[in-house]
Amino acid sequence: MKNKKQKIKKADVVDRNTDKKWLYSEIVKDHFLNPRNVLTDEINYKFDAKGTSGNPICGDVMTVWLKIDPKTERIKECKWRTYGCASAIASTSMMSEVLTEKGGMTIDKALELTPQEIVKRLAGLPPLKFHCSILGLDALKQAINEFRSKRKK
Amino acid sequence: MKNIYLDYAATTYIDPAVLQKMKPYLTTAFGNASSLYSLGREAKAAIENSREDVAKILGVSPHEIIFTGSGTESANLTIFGIAHAYKDKGNHIIVSKIEHKAVLESAKKLEKQGFKITYLNVDSQGIVKLNELKKALTKKTILVSIMYANNEIGTIQPIKKISKIIRNFRKENPLPAFHSDACQSAGALNLKISGLGVDLLTLNGSKIYGPKGIGCLYVNKNYKIEPLIVGGNQEMGLRAGTENPALIVGFSEALKLAEKLKTKESQRLKKLRDYFIKNILKIIPRSRLNGHPQKRLPNNINLSLPGAEGEALILHLDQYGISASTGSACTSSDLTPSHVLLALGLKEGLAHDSLRLSLGRKTTKKELDYVLKILPKVVSDLRKMAAKY
Repeated sequence: MKNKKQKIKKADVVDRNTDKKWLYSEIVKDHFLNPRNVLTDEINYKFDAKGTSGNPICGDVMTVWLKIDPKTERIKECKWRTYGCASAIASTSMMSEVLTEKGGMTIDKALELTPQEIVKRLAGLPPLKFHCSILGLDALKQAINEFRSKRKK
Repeated sequence: MKNIYLDYAATTYIDPAVLQKMKPYLTTAFGNASSLYSLGREAKAAIENSREDVAKILGVSPHEIIFTGSGTESANLTIFGIAHAYKDKGNHIIVSKIEHKAVLESAKKLEKQGFKITYLNVDSQGIVKLNELKKALTKKTILVSIMYANNEIGTIQPIKKISKIIRNFRKENPLPAFHSDACQSAGALNLKISGLGVDLLTLNGSKIYGPKGIGCLYVNKNYKIEPLIVGGNQEMGLRAGTENPALIVGFSEALKLAEKLKTKESQRLKKLRDYFIKNILKIIPRSRLNGHPQKRLPNNINLSLPGAEGEALILHLDQYGISASTGSACTSSDLTPSHVLLALGLKEGLAHDSLRLSLGRKTTKKELDYVLKILPKVVSDLRKMAAKY
């Protein structure tokens, strides 16, 4: 028998203060449990630019390392490390995919990337977790700015 | 997949024997306890028997027991009930900084209405500073509310010493009343009022293998409280609304069973707790125990695991079938970490990286050995992934 009614899904996280339940999308869960492009060997990794950002309120910290093609200014590799919750980890992981897919995004385009686009690709984040998607982009901007200022010299 | 529940401090399942005792009142014995015919009298008798059972465990008179809808309601009834009944005597209330939100938020609400609230500090292991309490007491103090044992870190307060301080003060002053939230203590610690010296005590069903939606408040007959809910004359006019005999019976049965099992079960859990703590601190570098090493609930383990954020930890452990909780800001709507851990003086990072495991009747050494295997791996994975400022 087909049951068209969707069962209410079990909550992933329950708000400590309000008992409000959060639900993470399957994509968020996948990126959280199987994060892409994490930098494991920091000492031997050669990169063109690096940026770090942190949220002093919730304590999250993210660092991204970029390899950029000097001719096309496309991002060839985006490695990262994040200290934070599932949303923060999944957001950085997704960002690293978005930046490097289809031959890599140009740094001009990367600077225009919005948290909304990351959240959309993650099939949504709970409203309270939206801020987690901003941090990675902050680190990215820092890295790109560093890259550009180095080239000017 | 394994199913290892280590969040008994959040809530427990209903003991099957307790559920059996509740069943008739959910089915055939459905009468309204205020009705005069036999079906009503049957419900009334069940409620009054339960009241007597609870009173007996606390060593008090049945008239001093009020059934409520939750531990939170009992705490609210205490804070607002005393505040409004004694507002002509004073406007000062003392609470500890690590109280449950049910107490803290009630106190904050009164603060907005013009009451003065003192929030007592605790030491680094969570024990209330007694000299601060002594200094805080004034002629205007109408209520002191300090929890028996903390729900997050398990620290047990020296309730007897606290009630002595208050009684000494009362030799020359009529007030304050002393309330203690004992929701986490039932089934583990002594509940005899004569031994505690409290004037009001909060208990609930959902932490003691009883039903949710039922709480209880002991109020010493020398103190009056204003009700929160008015209507009929149920619960001696202190909590109006048709009583729920099934929940009341469930609560008293659960409390009786918890008392019966208390000594043996506490010893068993203490052994498991200390076994786990000893090993995990050895295995995971830079891990630390939050709370007091000895003066702690037999079932409570609270760790800080630097570099592994709490929400990420919980969700990873969930993948392995382990249910636990955290004081991390990432699981709260206001993005602040646990007020209890911060009150201990923990840096915010250590509060974010906290993990609470609370053991219960079904917890076995085998389960804990499994967690001892999984947790270090999860922490190590998260640390490898973590960025540093």
